[in-house]
Amino acid sequence: MRLEPIAHPSLARQLGLPVAAIMATVVVAGGLAALAGANPFAVLGQIITGAVGSKFAALETLNRATPLIFTGLAVAVAFRAKLWNIGAEAQLYAGSIVAVLLGTGALGGPLVLPVSAVAAMLAGAALLLVPVVLKVRLGVDEVVTTLLVNFIMALFVSYLLEGPMKDPMGMGWPKSAALLKEARLPRIIDGLRLHWGFGLALIAALTVWLIQTRTTLGFEMRAVGQNIRAARFAGMPVNAVLVKTALLSGGLAALAGWSEVAGLKGHLSLDLSPGFGYTGIIVAMLALLHPLGVVVSALFVAGIFVGSDAMSRAAGVPTYIADMLLATALLFMVLAILLTRFRVVRG
Amino acid sequence: MTPTVQKAEVVLRLDGITKRFGGLVANDAICLTLHRGEVVALLGENGAGKTTLMNILFGHYVADAGTVWVRGAALPPGHPRAALRAGVGMVHQHFTLADNLTVLENIRLGTQPLLSLGGAAKARAKVDQLSRDFGLAVHPDARVGSLSVGERQRVEILKALYRDAQILILDEPTAVLTPQESDALFATLKQATARGLSVIFISHKLHEVMAAADRCVVLRHGRVVGEVATAATSRAELAALMMGEALAETQVAPGVAGAVRLALDAVSSPGLRGVSLHLRGGLITGLAGVSGNGQAALADLIGGAVLPTAGVIACDGAAVTQWSARAALAAGVGRIPEDRHKTGTVADFTLAENTALETYASRFARAGVMNWAAVRAHALSVIRDYDVRCEGPDQRIRLLSGGNMQKLILGRVMEEQPGILIANQPVRGLDVGAIAYVHSRLVAARDAGAAVLLISEDLDELERLSDVIHVISAGRLSRPFDRGALSRAEIGLLMAGQGFDHAA
Amino acid sequence: MDVARCPGGFGAPQRDGKSGPSQKGHGMEAVIDILLSASFWAAAIRIASPLIFATMGELICERAGVLNLGIEGIMVIGAFAGWIAVYAGLPLWWGVGVAFLAGAGFGLVQGVLVVPFGLSQHVVGLGVTLLATSTSYYAYRLALPEVTSPPKIEPFAIWEVPGLSRIPVLGEALFAQTPLTYAAFGCAALVAVVLYRTPLGLALRAAGENPAAVEAQGLSVTALRMGAVVVGSGLMAVGGAFLTLSAFSSFFFEMVNGRGWICIALVVFGAWRPGKAVLGALLFAGFDALQIRLQQTPIGAVVPYQLFLMLPYLLSILALILMSRRAEVPAALMVPYAKGER
Repeated sequence: MRLEPIAHPSLARQLGLPVAAIMATVVVAGGLAALAGANPFAVLGQIITGAVGSKFAALETLNRATPLIFTGLAVAVAFRAKLWNIGAEAQLYAGSIVAVLLGTGALGGPLVLPVSAVAAMLAGAALLLVPVVLKVRLGVDEVVTTLLVNFIMALFVSYLLEGPMKDPMGMGWPKSAALLKEARLPRIIDGLRLHWGFGLALIAALTVWLIQTRTTLGFEMRAVGQNIRAARFAGMPVNAVLVKTALLSGGLAALAGWSEVAGLKGHLSLDLSPGFGYTGIIVAMLALLHPLGVVVSALFVAGIFVGSDAMSRAAGVPTYIADMLLATALLFMVLAILLTRFRVVRG
Repeated sequence: MTPTVQKAEVVLRLDGITKRFGGLVANDAICLTLHRGEVVALLGENGAGKTTLMNILFGHYVADAGTVWVRGAALPPGHPRAALRAGVGMVHQHFTLADNLTVLENIRLGTQPLLSLGGAAKARAKVDQLSRDFGLAVHPDARVGSLSVGERQRVEILKALYRDAQILILDEPTAVLTPQESDALFATLKQATARGLSVIFISHKLHEVMAAADRCVVLRHGRVVGEVATAATSRAELAALMMGEALAETQVAPGVAGAVRLALDAVSSPGLRGVSLHLRGGLITGLAGVSGNGQAALADLIGGAVLPTAGVIACDGAAVTQWSARAALAAGVGRIPEDRHKTGTVADFTLAENTALETYASRFARAGVMNWAAVRAHALSVIRDYDVRCEGPDQRIRLLSGGNMQKLILGRVMEEQPGILIANQPVRGLDVGAIAYVHSRLVAARDAGAAVLLISEDLDELERLSDVIHVISAGRLSRPFDRGALSRAEIGLLMAGQGFDHAA
Repeated sequence: MDVARCPGGFGAPQRDGKSGPSQKGHGMEAVIDILLSASFWAAAIRIASPLIFATMGELICERAGVLNLGIEGIMVIGAFAGWIAVYAGLPLWWGVGVAFLAGAGFGLVQGVLVVPFGLSQHVVGLGVTLLATSTSYYAYRLALPEVTSPPKIEPFAIWEVPGLSRIPVLGEALFAQTPLTYAAFGCAALVAVVLYRTPLGLALRAAGENPAAVEAQGLSVTALRMGAVVVGSGLMAVGGAFLTLSAFSSFFFEMVNGRGWICIALVVFGAWRPGKAVLGALLFAGFDALQIRLQQTPIGAVVPYQLFLMLPYLLSILALILMSRRAEVPAALMVPYAKGER
């Protein structure tokens, strides 16, 4: 077989294939549910109602989407420049550590939130800078280094929570002290369990979109990602672009952890992130790396998680079905996107 | 040549081969026969369908219609292995060797059942024998990565001979050789045909075809437009067949020398050794040489992609201190890159974005914010002024033909009115019309006072356009010669690296 | 996807009953004590075994030109599939076979997407890791919905090579291992022989360097790369199965714990050569065995245990940095190949 580029893909092809990918995922979901002895249609229905069926469920989905928008953006920004940042998980924790460091008494007054947000971004950026400098200077592959840093970071957080950052009132649990009132993100609407982290995430998506489409840096990032040789030949400062991309990406991922601590949890614990950094990769890929698409796909992914949790309690299907569905959706989607631009021909 | 060949056995017959890529008909019902002991040249311009035809013959592509017959038996389509078994050996234009393996390993690759042991000693003996028989000296245990281009070509031919190929296909074999090395290759081919091998050799260089082939099949736009015995034809006739019109060898009037715009004084860089070069305004300076002898290094150096390790670069008389692609662009250096696809354009960017690749910051942005309307307007004017056939500035450039892509790059560069213009292989892979267009633009730039450096492997092109010619060999530059001051043979010797010590 | 959230070293719990290093003495002395004990060397070899399997699997893939980031998840599916097969009553070696097949299955998915379709090896690899991991967990929960403490199986027993295992220290370390450890070393030797002594190995090495060379000699790059990914993934899964069938005797979540990523680093550290990669795995395992033991010494009382647990990851990064300039990367690694293109 051979792939032949399609000069002018039809609209049916461009829309039909991604829809087919989603449909195929739904079929897989039904199959998995049937394997667990549940009624596939009931399970799908329960996932949907679990995600958006009530005000409580919908707010839960929005809250769950918040860190995913940040990590999804972090990944989208980096992957667009072909910078393989798989370390959003670690950068997320870096942001959460800063939120605790500055939010538990080190700073006071109205400036705590902005200062700690900026500091969190800097911490995340710094964490990604190391692998990127190693890549640019020594040619060390950043995929493996950023992955390994995730494990180091998890252990570092564990150390902090059992040592210097341990909450003396925590009754022995490895968690940090609670953030002060002024270091917490307020709720968007009084009485509704949705914090301003979600608003910030939307603003971040819009900002990233503007950077990518309207600025020279965005142009450079896209050029470096598409064809690094042409970018270099054209005189673009390729290494500087990669470093700037890393700073932006690491900063965005750090905001995920920062907003989870400052907006939702109020303290840092070892289970702050159930893999938001990794899931961000799926969010970004499903959005085809488009920053505004990230918002949509983060909501979709969050809905699957929240809905699956609810469904699992009701139908007895293991929650891991959510991860399986996302992995399946990702693989089907990348294939579908390829086939919108190429057709398979013989010979 | 030998009139008897016509009576020899037919070893290969292509029958009605047709191949389409989307809307493009690359091969249109092509028929071709090859006799035992014969050298047939497959002549045609770039894009005429020669390489596609050979890829079908060799099983890399499957034809939409038609059959390949080897000694009376039809080859199953799409199986390189079947072609190899039937005794067809192919030497590709871009060598198909693995650099991390030795010569012997490359030759043995794919010749034994995958899960077998031993056989090395026998293989070595056979390779030794073949290198002696055909005059193809190369060390069997050398890593291919360390070999010269000429040696690699020998390995490629040995690979085919090792498999007892009866039919040898050579795709543009001389593109990477000096004239003298080419002569040695032709001598090897003579030895091969004397031993009963048959050869198809693909070229667009007329003099080679006349020298080496018995018969000549001319392709144009995917069709056979002529088949002649070389003894019964002339270069002019072949050229006319190839181009579809009598070749009007328009003579380019000499330029008027102006001031030195760019001077290199004993400059070294990776790939260059102590190069001194003066580019004068109003002249086209040609650079001749076998590919891979430092042309790319020189283009990179002047274009700002690499820094000199020694020596001085001076622009308009002032030595430059900070050198980079941006500095070069700011100093008025325009660059037409060797590889349109890999370095010249970003395939998934629109035409508009591609016209702004070099000037997005200096010309189309304020405070880091892009002015896309201006980019688009600029792209529209480039498309109009340089006759780029396209759907508009928002089309992705990957869908453009090579000629139109090159016109866009030309427009991007020329619109900046460069004082110095580096054109590296500017017409490679283009059709006649596009070639003439690019050449006329280069001459126009020269007449407008630019200093043009034309890098080419095609001596005809250089001799027609250049006011001065340098020869480059192994990173060293000859002194300049006026157009017509040197014979082909003299240039060939310089290309082979001889006569530099007193010439420099 | 999983992160190292649970503290727990790479080394299997000690089962040999031999005395650990002495608790008294100071830093340097403690280290020397450890290095002189047979149990340390035995542990190092044991820890290296799953890494050797998986590293060989990754090495085959990369030599053929495919970066297999599915490795982490494929090790998980191997650990799970091998374990569940044995838990369901199959003999241990069948469990190894089941693990191989499960890994090969996911390798097939990955291979189809990245070889003929030429999709991003990064994205597909991470997707396969997530798919294989979640499939394992989902299937585990389906099979054992209510279980809180993972049930155990009877793992491979230590098989002492008669005579040789009596040699002090060296023999005790080398020749008192489970059959799966011997198989790991056998596997590495086999990979080396195939790569460097057979036409198949020649073709694989060429496919990772210049696929056009392979195609021009009548071999199919697609078939070679697919084969490498499928078989390589099978070996990775066997590496995972070592954890459940030879080391820990039960399956629990997040037990692979980044070993797959470390194996990718080991391939680079080993400069894409089987012998050097085995040495790298042993060196790495040695440090790991050392850190486990150091935790029980006076050093361990001062230094937080998390720092010890970080060492494997830090070492891997260090290895990548050290080798960054020297290694000869297969030229066509991560470059998809389309027939007829050159």
